[in-house]
Amino acid sequence: MIPIGSRRRGGGPLATLWGAGPLTRIMLAATIVLSVFPLYWMLVVATRTNDVVGSVPPPVVPGGELGRNLARLFGNEQAHFGLGLINSAIAASTVTVSTLLFASLAGFAFAKLRFRGRNALLLVMLATMMVPVQMGIIPLYMLMAEIGWTGRLQAVIVPFLVTGFGVFMMRQYTLQALPDELIEAARIDGCSTWRIYWSVVLPVLRPAMAVLGLFTFMQTWNEFLWPLAVLDPDNPTVQYSLNLLNGAYYTDYSLMFTGTAVATLPLLVIFLLCGRQLISGIMDGALKA
Amino acid sequence: MTASTRLRRVKPALAGRLLAKRSAGRLARWDMKFSPYLFVSPYFLLFAAFGAFPMLYTLWVALHDWDLVGSRDFVGPANFRMVLSDPQFWNAVWNTAGMFVVATVPQLLLALMLANALNRRMRGQTLLRMGVLAPMVTSVAAVAIVFSQLFSRDFGLINYVLGWFGADPIDWTAERWSSWLAISVMVDWRWTGYNALIYLAAMQSIPKDLYEAAAIDGASRRRQFWTITLPMLRPTIIFTAIISTIGGFQLFTEPLLFGNGDMAGGSLRQFQTVTMYMFENAFGRFDYGYASAVSWMLFLIILVGSLLNFLWLRRVGGGAR
Repeated sequence: MIPIGSRRRGGGPLATLWGAGPLTRIMLAATIVLSVFPLYWMLVVATRTNDVVGSVPPPVVPGGELGRNLARLFGNEQAHFGLGLINSAIAASTVTVSTLLFASLAGFAFAKLRFRGRNALLLVMLATMMVPVQMGIIPLYMLMAEIGWTGRLQAVIVPFLVTGFGVFMMRQYTLQALPDELIEAARIDGCSTWRIYWSVVLPVLRPAMAVLGLFTFMQTWNEFLWPLAVLDPDNPTVQYSLNLLNGAYYTDYSLMFTGTAVATLPLLVIFLLCGRQLISGIMDGALKA
Repeated sequence: MTASTRLRRVKPALAGRLLAKRSAGRLARWDMKFSPYLFVSPYFLLFAAFGAFPMLYTLWVALHDWDLVGSRDFVGPANFRMVLSDPQFWNAVWNTAGMFVVATVPQLLLALMLANALNRRMRGQTLLRMGVLAPMVTSVAAVAIVFSQLFSRDFGLINYVLGWFGADPIDWTAERWSSWLAISVMVDWRWTGYNALIYLAAMQSIPKDLYEAAAIDGASRRRQFWTITLPMLRPTIIFTAIISTIGGFQLFTEPLLFGNGDMAGGSLRQFQTVTMYMFENAFGRFDYGYASAVSWMLFLIILVGSLLNFLWLRRVGGGAR
């Protein structure tokens, strides 16, 4: 990461140029509070009974009802929350692994291999990145119905096994991080193209793959529209399952908030562990989408 | 990157193991010729099956009177003509465009201010950045659920806080302006920090000398921001505006859950977006032909919106220079 400001301490106008004034600090503090508060509120409501939402003044600290709420959450008959968690874990991991594999393969080919039609194919790929997902949802649904995949988990996995965005990101990173000499040296040593990919390219791409992997996992885990369209209520993903917790006549907030807290927790843990990489990925311009 | 150190680490291992494979010959030429295609083929095959085909097929379906069961008669552009004269469609376009403006303009301005604040020397930078980015990790569904509660009329914290200032409880879902505002808050909460980090990265690539020279010349912080930072950020601002257009016009989950899962987006359709309208036609009325026409119109709107955004921002930016 690029360091902010120079560390030198000079006199005159430069001394205060990169410092943070009190106003800046107040604004940042307020931003952090606003950023984190809804997550904290989720925890507060998830650890209390449903009466909490009506009480004045509202509670500000977590209560002791989390265990009971969790039991209600996983015991809820229409939401299938446990199954939703498992389904989302399977879908997100599968999509992540395959995106990393296919995107790095294609990105490497586009960046470093010479073949007829390369530029044309690259252009086609870039154009496809502009098309919104919603565009294809109806025919995609009809296609899934035709091949009998509606209601089945592969419907939310197979169409997303690799994205144009992933390929493009890998191509950009390969261009910048992998010197041609490295590939030529491996060729002279008699490496096949696959071997070069496996032993030379993959190790170099590791940092970019970490970021792409994180991002892909998050995106798949959080996907809502497509599972809602193609899956059935008795075999949902976790986000779909959240929607099923909402009763028709009566909104049980503590139940729903427990669900959102549990559904958010895995990503928050991953974020706390790898947030630094995600941030440098965004700031390196790797994740501009 | 540490390419040279990797070179040293990787090469001897490869050299030893692979010198034996010298009998390259035909196999190697074959490998050179076809491997690249093999490597890019997974993407193109998947895209052809689940991207290009659906898109073209949408056009095909849109030209038909296509229901869940029964009729699929070719009707030509009739669906498109109907969409264009459909008040509910235009209502959805109006809502989507309105929420896009209400959400995006403050969001990008806030992100700029936030990035400018983050671009100062202080302790705990990584922690600050993580705090700013945390909302992005939260799923849209979770955001929508939590904020719908915060905005609820009788028990919501927001009405409670407004009550301190003597305001009567607002029924946020009831009116057009209030529902737009509430939904925009959800969108902004999730995305402002992300855009701020993109701006911050761009700010850090501006040469420091420019600011130091300006400071020596006596330019104030504010002046520096307007005359150095903003013009230098123009490409990044255009980029975020286009990305926000693409995202904003696909708005779906927040308004859907804000209205308790109702595809119509409120009793008077006051916050139904184009995607919700498409969804309603496809999966509520099972009128696939009409829904497909709506989705093509959405695509065109996004295309035109991005283009207008680009032209406008380029002109505005050009004038400021």
